[in-house]
Amino acid sequence: MTNLIWLIPILPLLGFLINGIGNKNVPRSVSGWIASLSVLGSFIISIGAFGTLMADPNVVIQADYFEWLSAGSFTLDFGFLVDRLSIVMLLFITGVGFLIHVYSIGYMHEEEDYARYFAYLNLFVFFMLLLVLGSSYVLMFVGWEGVGLCSYLLIGFWFKNNAYNDAAKKAFIMNRIGDLGFLLGMFLIFQTFGSLEYDTVFAGARQMTFDQPVLTAITLLLFVGAIGKSAQIPLYTWLPDAMAGPTPVSALIHAATMVTAGIYMVVRSNVLYVMAPFSSEVVAYVGLLTALMAGLIGLKQNDIKKVLAYSTVSQLGFMFVALGVGAYTTALFHVVTHAFFKALLFLCAGSVIHAMGGEQDVRKMGGLKKALPVTHLTFLIGTLAIAGAPPFAGFFSKDEILAGAWTHSYLIFGILAISAILTAVYMFRLYYLTFHGEFRGSKHQQEHLHESPISMTIPLMVLAGLSTVGGFLGMPEIFHMPHFLNNFLEPVTGWADLYAHGHASHTFEYTLIGSSLVLLIVIIYFVYNKYVKDAHVPKADHLVTGFQNVLANKFYVDEFYNTFITKPLNVLSSFSYNWIEKGFIDRIVNSFGYLTNGASGVLRLVQSGHIGLYIIAMVIAVILMFVFKMII
Amino acid sequence: MLSLLMLLLPLVGMLLIRMVSDKKSAARVALLLSFLPLAATIWHATMFDPNGGMQFVFDKWWVESMGISFKVGMDGLSLLMVLLTNVLVPIIIFSTFDRDIVDFKNFYSLIFLMQFALVGVFTSLDGFLFYIFWELALLPIWFICLLWGGADRIRITLKFFIYTLSGSLFMLVALIYLYLQTPLPHTFSLDSFYELALTPSQQGWIFWGFFLAFAIKIPIFPLHTWQPDTYTNAPTQGTMLLSGIMLKMGLYGIIRWMVPVIPDGIAEWSWLAMGLSVVGIVYASAMAIAQKDFKRLIAYSSIAHVGLIAAGIFSMNMMGMQGAVFQMLSHGVNAVGLFFIADILIDRYGNREMKDMGGIAHVSSPFAITFTIILLGSVALPLTNGFVGEFMLLNGVFQYSGWLALFAGLTVIFGAVYMLRAYQRIMLGESGSATTDFKPLTSNEKILLYIIVALVIVNGVYPKPLLDIAGPSLSAILAKAGVVSM
Repeated sequence: MTNLIWLIPILPLLGFLINGIGNKNVPRSVSGWIASLSVLGSFIISIGAFGTLMADPNVVIQADYFEWLSAGSFTLDFGFLVDRLSIVMLLFITGVGFLIHVYSIGYMHEEEDYARYFAYLNLFVFFMLLLVLGSSYVLMFVGWEGVGLCSYLLIGFWFKNNAYNDAAKKAFIMNRIGDLGFLLGMFLIFQTFGSLEYDTVFAGARQMTFDQPVLTAITLLLFVGAIGKSAQIPLYTWLPDAMAGPTPVSALIHAATMVTAGIYMVVRSNVLYVMAPFSSEVVAYVGLLTALMAGLIGLKQNDIKKVLAYSTVSQLGFMFVALGVGAYTTALFHVVTHAFFKALLFLCAGSVIHAMGGEQDVRKMGGLKKALPVTHLTFLIGTLAIAGAPPFAGFFSKDEILAGAWTHSYLIFGILAISAILTAVYMFRLYYLTFHGEFRGSKHQQEHLHESPISMTIPLMVLAGLSTVGGFLGMPEIFHMPHFLNNFLEPVTGWADLYAHGHASHTFEYTLIGSSLVLLIVIIYFVYNKYVKDAHVPKADHLVTGFQNVLANKFYVDEFYNTFITKPLNVLSSFSYNWIEKGFIDRIVNSFGYLTNGASGVLRLVQSGHIGLYIIAMVIAVILMFVFKMII
Repeated sequence: MLSLLMLLLPLVGMLLIRMVSDKKSAARVALLLSFLPLAATIWHATMFDPNGGMQFVFDKWWVESMGISFKVGMDGLSLLMVLLTNVLVPIIIFSTFDRDIVDFKNFYSLIFLMQFALVGVFTSLDGFLFYIFWELALLPIWFICLLWGGADRIRITLKFFIYTLSGSLFMLVALIYLYLQTPLPHTFSLDSFYELALTPSQQGWIFWGFFLAFAIKIPIFPLHTWQPDTYTNAPTQGTMLLSGIMLKMGLYGIIRWMVPVIPDGIAEWSWLAMGLSVVGIVYASAMAIAQKDFKRLIAYSSIAHVGLIAAGIFSMNMMGMQGAVFQMLSHGVNAVGLFFIADILIDRYGNREMKDMGGIAHVSSPFAITFTIILLGSVALPLTNGFVGEFMLLNGVFQYSGWLALFAGLTVIFGAVYMLRAYQRIMLGESGSATTDFKPLTSNEKILLYIIVALVIVNGVYPKPLLDIAGPSLSAILAKAGVVSM
């Protein structure tokens, strides 16, 4: 297996090259399959590697290919590392990624730029795989920036539309703000440990004492990168806008790739974070605030994809809380289950939008369950999973996060519990508005409602299956079943777990499960009453007032950034250009020229051609010389 | 003897091209002639031993009575700079293939003369010789800008000429001062400069002599105002020569003539030099954001990039130095690529205003793809050539000062801001009426862009050969400065 892992990223890269270079010369019937099969190939190899790793907890697959960077005695190899953490990532990236590719074949069948789309999709997977395969921070950064590029390309896929282009640009630039933090974090790691390879860095960190300022600085800087990539406050606004791209792309960005990178990075660096309690606290609170804020915004969005987008932001917040409280495997657990149900939900949304002829506003939907039975059922499963209903996938992972938060701080637990309630509310609201009640769209749309083709529904069914059983990867202790994921990841997080906080008591776990179940039923009841029985439809945008309006406008954060960052930057640039550059610096330079010109103009008058004047000048000069000589 | 041959080959080109009278074949002949120095350089590279110090040395007295010798040779640093020059010159000549160049004989001759002077600068091991080549390089480029430039060329080229020339005079003073410090009989040889025991205060003064000359040439903020006008007004090939190669003279000069000779002077003033460089990065980026003219935007982005290179050098560590040399190569390639893109746009639209463009991506995917990749190189995306240099440069600056690295690192963000904005304005959105008749790329244009793209990616994925050439020479230079490279 070891000698095959290079194929894992190379296959999607080949797919990218074929579709990218061949472009419109690649037959339409082929290009989607080339792309899908290349990812399937990576998935199969990943399963093989998984088998190898499964056999022995001490095994890691490591392969260095060539020396990439060097300066003096510093060298950095282009090398891969497959350990138990990366294999988990690999499996769901390629697995879920493959399903999204297959789905795209159906979803994009009318698209003119078919090959370009699949090329980008493959490139996305390639960079994501590089991110998790790299054996050093630098290679992680390669993938890190690479997925940023791909999100730019895919969000702006329909580049005739300048609003989409703006969204794409925004995603790239916001990511780059985070990337600068990541870069500086890397430099500090290099300064501290003399290397950027994981092995060396973590070995060095283990030798250090607890709570060193330098570790705090490193982890905070790296976390800035995670804030950008994983869309946390204050750099989250790009993610909701990212839905400008084709819907399967949203599924890819929100579930399998990109946003999970930040979580992966922190889990990977768990040794560093556990040594830096202050940073961990920051991580937890940023995550907490994001979970709450995005949850609140999600309540008042009427665009099916926007609701899902904010739910991603919020769920990522959950994961960061888990990371902050030291529950690294729990965070990864939620990444995995979230990948299943969020991919599912986005692909369902795509199926809905497909059926509705491009409509995304839930106020114009309703009663779709009859026309779209498969989509409806799978969407329901996704909703139950994200809301945390047992025994669906989200239930176990979210419970584990809540339990972890409980042992850490009651405040964090309390706010997180509220966010979890919000999740259930906005998701069921979305579900009922879309699939229940009367159809509110146009006559034309109603006539054309249809279930999606099989290439789209099969991925939905597979993901629904995974969203149902995915939670069994990590059963709570009270069920007396082995927590597969915890045990599996022990070699990666074991050292950090020594420092992690205690486990919640069994009584607490029972109470938590019991009360969350009751709460969920109550929520569903109320949401059902409001949106189905009372057939409430959210008001038109201009009628929304008060705090609801603030929520509908996402706390005006975009407007804030626009007023206080984007515009000042532009104004300052033009001002500096006109006044400092042209008006000051260049004027000084030119004045040297004018001065010289002017001075020579004056001096020129002396050369008048009158011999008498020259002689007088000469005589005066000679006299002066004598005078000087005598004085000195 | 060998390097002398390589040095003289451009002059052969300069003479031979005058015998061609047909415009079409002149471009081809010029291209062929420019392959000679390139072939010679590659031949040298194959024989080059990275750990062998200064090689292919040719050393003869020139004016013996004044201690001036004609001494040229190459270590890894010189070899890479010569390679850059001799790779870019063919590309620059190739870029004229589908363009109408008036008075083409003189044009190509001047390019060859320029190449001769540049290779001379990068190989001189004698201070006086270095100065001669340094000034010689100014003449052909001045004529190119003056005779083939845009509307306001007379005023602009005069400023360019006087500004850079007056900077050089400070360097001449510094060189003569060093010369006078050498033991009798005085000599200008670089080796003898290494031996000097200069006090820190002497070095502080000499620093300014060199720094002014180099800083104007590079240019470093606030001595940069000649650059945007000159770059914008010069003919494309002139801009390519200036940005691709000529500004590296200044950066090269710092590494060759300042770092090992006056390390204490640098230690005394590096805070200022680095401060200016870093301010320049942010400032020039802000200027680039404000630009509406694409060529001018690249000109400012170039100031930002070279500011980072200068900062990397003055951080006086191996990381920064290695990054600087690599970025000099990458910047050369990327700048030539970007200015060629500007040239294509000017050729199609007849002006440089981005607001008149838009939607080209619909009409020409080869142009969109190559433009994207070159842009990514310029914003230093990993696996492009720009990343390798920028990563090491910022890392080097960080080892000097974390805060400076933070500000210098803003280029990561601002670079994306202005480049993506420009790309969007030019390439994306609906195609306006001017764009629908966008003439497809000619096959020559495509080939040129593909070559640039290949350089961007190959050097980004596998930079090792170039890094290996530079490494030992840079360690040696830093060792002379008393810095033990880690």
